Amino acid sequence: MSTATIALSNAHIERSARHAATIYLKEAKYEFLKNLRLRVYTASVLSFPLMFYVLFGLVLNAKEAIGQTSVPTYLIATYGTFGVMGASLFGTAAGLASDRGLGWLQVKRASPMPPFAYFWAKVITSMAFSSIIVVALFILGISFGGVRMPILQFARLMGTLVAGSLPFSAMGLALGYFTGPNSAPPTINLIYLPMSFCSGLWVPFMFLPKVVRHVALALPPYHLSQLALGVVGAGTHESSVTHWEVLLAFTLICLGVARIGFQRDQEKMYG
Amino acid sequence: MSISSNQTLRFQTAHDSTVASLEGVTKNYGAVQALRQVDFRVRAGEVVALLGPNGAGKTTAVKLLLGLMQPNSGRVRVFWGDPTNPENRTRTGAMLQVGRVPETLRVREHVDLFSTYYRAPMAPSEILAAAGLEKLQDRKFGELSGGQKQRVLFALAICGDPDLLFLDEPTVGLDVEARRMLWDQIRQLVDRGKTVLLTTHYLQEADALADRIAVIHEGAIIAQGTPAEIKAKTSGKRIRCITRLDITSILQIAGVIAAKDDREAIEIHTGDAEFVVRELLARDATLSGLEISSAGLEEAFLALTQDSVRNGNQKELH
Repeated sequence: MSTATIALSNAHIERSARHAATIYLKEAKYEFLKNLRLRVYTASVLSFPLMFYVLFGLVLNAKEAIGQTSVPTYLIATYGTFGVMGASLFGTAAGLASDRGLGWLQVKRASPMPPFAYFWAKVITSMAFSSIIVVALFILGISFGGVRMPILQFARLMGTLVAGSLPFSAMGLALGYFTGPNSAPPTINLIYLPMSFCSGLWVPFMFLPKVVRHVALALPPYHLSQLALGVVGAGTHESSVTHWEVLLAFTLICLGVARIGFQRDQEKMYG
Repeated sequence: MSISSNQTLRFQTAHDSTVASLEGVTKNYGAVQALRQVDFRVRAGEVVALLGPNGAGKTTAVKLLLGLMQPNSGRVRVFWGDPTNPENRTRTGAMLQVGRVPETLRVREHVDLFSTYYRAPMAPSEILAAAGLEKLQDRKFGELSGGQKQRVLFALAICGDPDLLFLDEPTVGLDVEARRMLWDQIRQLVDRGKTVLLTTHYLQEADALADRIAVIHEGAIIAQGTPAEIKAKTSGKRIRCITRLDITSILQIAGVIAAKDDREAIEIHTGDAEFVVRELLARDATLSGLEISSAGLEEAFLALTQDSVRNGNQKELH
């Protein structure tokens, strides 16, 4: 009988686990579809990095090189960082601020949805869009910019950039908790565009004024782009461990801030 | 094992059929008191309407019962436990007032996602039928009309086949036809034995749907009873007549609850029509155009809230 009970509870656990997996899968699927159909999102997040890449990497400077690295290859790393950052910030912050401010998150919280599934879906969707951007940059670079690299290097570059979605998703969650439905997009732009410039994502780092280069050391996109550039042999001399450490610390700080916002919301009044 | 849990359930049901309750609950938003020492119960199988004007505390009561916020004092119970208990959430469904629902997802996709949250959801076709959405299932949420959007929120509330449903102002902003359609859907649900708590500021809606009405005003429950009892409490009549008497002197007649100018005539609400009419005729021989009709719930409600204001003032005076 005890064996039967154990078998029963095992079956129960298995069923619960399968049920949880289904929830997480569907939550991510519909978050992805939702953003894919959202023209504001796809237009700004996908088209800007690709347009910049085509203009500055393929039309204007395709034959040039920065150090040993061709411009089309170099710019995959920097515009890749730019794209990943945009997809992740807008993918998390804008939706969260709107869901919070306009009541949708309450409907979800009143349902038996596991709260973590909501955040997970946003982060996974941001990573998915990040992957799409990086793959699109590669396709453009390989087709029109003569970009060539061993498959392993390609995988490392891709992996680095997509993993780089995590710190910016964390930042987006923090921003989403401290901005409103209308103020979220302009706030994101206000942070994201200057930060991109100062981190050397638009103009290669060494061409930036000295003051800006000092500021860059404190900016997460600088560290992600240096990791990506390191893969294609165009990084600065700092060790990649330092870059990862900075990104990890930044992620944890942002998650801490997001947590404060989450708790504040739990206690806060609504309507 | 399953027998013993059934016994527990029956035991609890026999002793107390309350499935949701606020017990001495106070909720403040800063200096504003949204609920003041509210005691309120919902029993298994009944439809209760929480009726009150905007800002009375209806939504706050629902959000407390859903565990979306905590009371400053008092106790909130749902199914004999804490409302934030995940087990409870699978037994409840909620339709809340939402500013924006993700607009790029289709109706059936919203339903599919929410159904996944529950362990034993209704079949998608059943949910869509119950909410009258079969023909709209491929539409994106952003393409729907106001009434259709409310029906989607209704579908999301019922998709888990919950025992207890919270409907917060389900028909607010809907036209008459859309409102009646949603009423029909709520009635079908009630026929299936669900317990429903709905909030509304439409008196007609409470009367049409509820077994019991609790009138809430400025954060306090001022009257409870069946729709008939609530109406009887004021036994209100509406008197309309053309008279030389002015409103101030009419208000001095015992039994007059309210009086106002209505074009050339005066409209009076009273709990004792016969006495008031006699007085009017005695005081004004030229009185004409006399009409007496039953007060609707609107008047009943007005009378109740004015009563509570008057009582409140008296309390302050003493």
